[in-house]
Amino acid sequence: MSALEGVRVIELAHERGALAGKLMADMGADVVLVEPTAGAPQRTHGPFVDDVADPERSLSFWHYQTSKRGVALDWRTSAGREALHALLKRADIFLECEDPGVLAAAGFDDNALTGTNERLIHVSMTPFGPDGPRKDELATDLTLLAGGGPAWSCGYDDHALPPIAGGGQQGYAIGCHYAVMSALTALLHCELGGRGQRIDVSMHQAANVTTEMASYHWLVQQGTVQRQTGRHALEGPSMASQMECADGRHVNTGVPPRTPPEFGNLVRWLEELGLKDDLPEAVFLEMGAARDSINLSDIGVDDEVTAIFGAGREALTFIASRLSAQDFFLGAQRAGLPVGAIYAPEEAFEDPHFVARGMQVPVEHPRLGRTVLYPGAPYAFERSQWAISRPAPQLGEHTDEVLEAVGIDAAARAQLRGEGTLK
Amino acid sequence: MKALEGIRICDFTGQLAGAGATKWLAAFGADVVRIEDPVNQGAWDILRSMPPFVDERRGFDFGGGFNNHNVEKRGITLNLRTARGKEILAELVKRSDAVTENFAAGVLEKWGFGYDQLRSLRSDIVYVSNCGFGHEGPYASFKTWGPIVQAASGLTYTSGLPDMEPAGWGYSYMDHTGGYYMAMAILLALIHRQRTGEGQWVDMACCETGLTLNGPAILDYTVNGRPLRRSGQPDGNRSEWPRMVPHGIFPAAGDDEWIAIACRDDADWARCAAVFAEPWAQEAGWSTLTTRHRDQDAIEAQVTAWSRGRDKFAMQRMFQDAGVPAAAVQKPAERVDHDPATEDLWPTAHHTKMGDVRVDGMPVRFSETNWEIRRGAPCLGEHTEEVLGEWLDMDPSEVEALREEGVV
Repeated sequence: MSALEGVRVIELAHERGALAGKLMADMGADVVLVEPTAGAPQRTHGPFVDDVADPERSLSFWHYQTSKRGVALDWRTSAGREALHALLKRADIFLECEDPGVLAAAGFDDNALTGTNERLIHVSMTPFGPDGPRKDELATDLTLLAGGGPAWSCGYDDHALPPIAGGGQQGYAIGCHYAVMSALTALLHCELGGRGQRIDVSMHQAANVTTEMASYHWLVQQGTVQRQTGRHALEGPSMASQMECADGRHVNTGVPPRTPPEFGNLVRWLEELGLKDDLPEAVFLEMGAARDSINLSDIGVDDEVTAIFGAGREALTFIASRLSAQDFFLGAQRAGLPVGAIYAPEEAFEDPHFVARGMQVPVEHPRLGRTVLYPGAPYAFERSQWAISRPAPQLGEHTDEVLEAVGIDAAARAQLRGEGTLK
Repeated sequence: MKALEGIRICDFTGQLAGAGATKWLAAFGADVVRIEDPVNQGAWDILRSMPPFVDERRGFDFGGGFNNHNVEKRGITLNLRTARGKEILAELVKRSDAVTENFAAGVLEKWGFGYDQLRSLRSDIVYVSNCGFGHEGPYASFKTWGPIVQAASGLTYTSGLPDMEPAGWGYSYMDHTGGYYMAMAILLALIHRQRTGEGQWVDMACCETGLTLNGPAILDYTVNGRPLRRSGQPDGNRSEWPRMVPHGIFPAAGDDEWIAIACRDDADWARCAAVFAEPWAQEAGWSTLTTRHRDQDAIEAQVTAWSRGRDKFAMQRMFQDAGVPAAAVQKPAERVDHDPATEDLWPTAHHTKMGDVRVDGMPVRFSETNWEIRRGAPCLGEHTEEVLGEWLDMDPSEVEALREEGVV
């Protein structure tokens, strides 16, 4: 049984909301993706299978549209509008990312929607919300991350280099996460006896509250954080936390050793590696391990504490110069020190821990005669099934079965096809 | 009417990765009760006493981040080293819809409240745990912070300039995002329970959540055999999927001022060219994506020379008026205090000791059951008497006796 079995979602195809539909579809909702008859623009986004550009070979489309059924329908025409109304009449959730005013102009204003179905949860994702002076501004993933705050905190110590917007369309992802949290909250409310409602998600606002300290240092003490290479942006400079290892790859050493047991662990790790005698600072590590406690605020004030902290960094840098990033990561963690190897996505995907937990999920693509490995579930449910129940739909693959089920029969569909409204 | 009225959460979460999840539920009306240790004064959540601060006062009731992440929750203390403390927790669990935590794997179990014990107390309990590598698998004992989760999941690597060390994320993006997925997991499990009567355990591994956020790159690897660790990657602020040129963050006039420009297609390029209004932009050779992609370095150099002396907000207006997506890289003060699109995003919450403090609100608006944030985070043990009274019908003298015994 899946948590969202039987929940009907109508999603108007748009790249900025595709992940929200996928998250619900992989949890068992019946998500119907409504694309224009020319195909969703996302079908033109690479990478492509074997690098052959083709609407059915876009791996961006494949990833974000799993477990959905697909209908090709131009809902902006009057005949298409009626068909979409028919779909919405039986839907639980309507997910769309149209610009403000577009739906209302096409006959889908709030009254029309509630009149159609009073249980309907209408989730509207827009860059800046449905009203206000910025509502019509254009946005992409990059501009959302730039204007909404994340980019300000990300980049390098050298501020002659630009802020960096992280990869993987995280600006869209942030909005989608809030869209799904909203849809599920409203759905649970319905399960508890409530009615449907309209929900507006502002993607710009979503980015604004996904900046951790940058926002609340300003809100609380009017402090402005400054970006620093590979670590938290803070009001003042902090110590580097990324280290290059012997194989040229990097690790993140997170919060440096700061408690007596952690210094003890570090000494033992040096001993195991046979490196303790090569590091003169090891004596400070032993002093740290022998103390009852270490007061963080004594750094820079108390000479001994300052030396102990410095030696912690020295020791990690020294070990990193002798080990590969992978060996450093595993060795440090086994010594009780929280460290992470900086993996490229494919390296994370191949890591034995994630493989053992089932993160490589095979999906059959019968049309190409291939089985493709996809990234698995973002959470491990004991009972609710997470599954990629089908690969991304081909254009119009389920048009007939979906419309038939809402009472648009073969003759009506033939007429719509003749008009070019359906594919 | 609140969306989640009547839902009770027995909440052991902390930091942001866990507390962020239950903040969402609390803002929509769930009764979220934080359970903290009176002996170490709630120190497990280090944000309790960390900056920022509203004034010169310090201590476990004055951490600005803690207040931000725990609004609308109530807080009690319970000493789980004592038998009586364990009994009381058992009674609270029996009255809870969900138990939530983001300790290292095994901590709650060590206290005698692992999933099997929780289920024996309430058969349909929803238990959601969230830690870096999850409770099962070869690395279950490994410890993490947000930046380590980002490193091990591929997110740090994909943020950076070509052939330089990673820039990564300048904050715990995966604490936020782990919290979002944890909120989804709690809601999904509650929906599942509502429909079937079944509870369950959700074992969230934050690294795995992060791993799913680079899907197309992983498919390029599994389908085409092309790894992202290769020369020229990651490609900074450029966009390969979908391919857009120019696409980047360019310098503006002033100290550390920048503007992001995304030229989506050839039509956008024609609009950009009109904005640049310089001979190089009119060259016919760059009117197609193929040639712009080929000459990306040269185009970026021209845009940089053009943008360097101009005001970032003025440029944002020029591009937006022309129909091209562009946004100034906003500093915190600009986007919090001077951006009309965030005016309703920063509610003022009243904290018992700190007073009125603005916090992160929710970037959504529900037409019927909207979120509400008024109460600040709980001071340590602020609601012990109130919650034990409401949930367990204890009278104040019983709670006072527990206090004297060191249980609360």
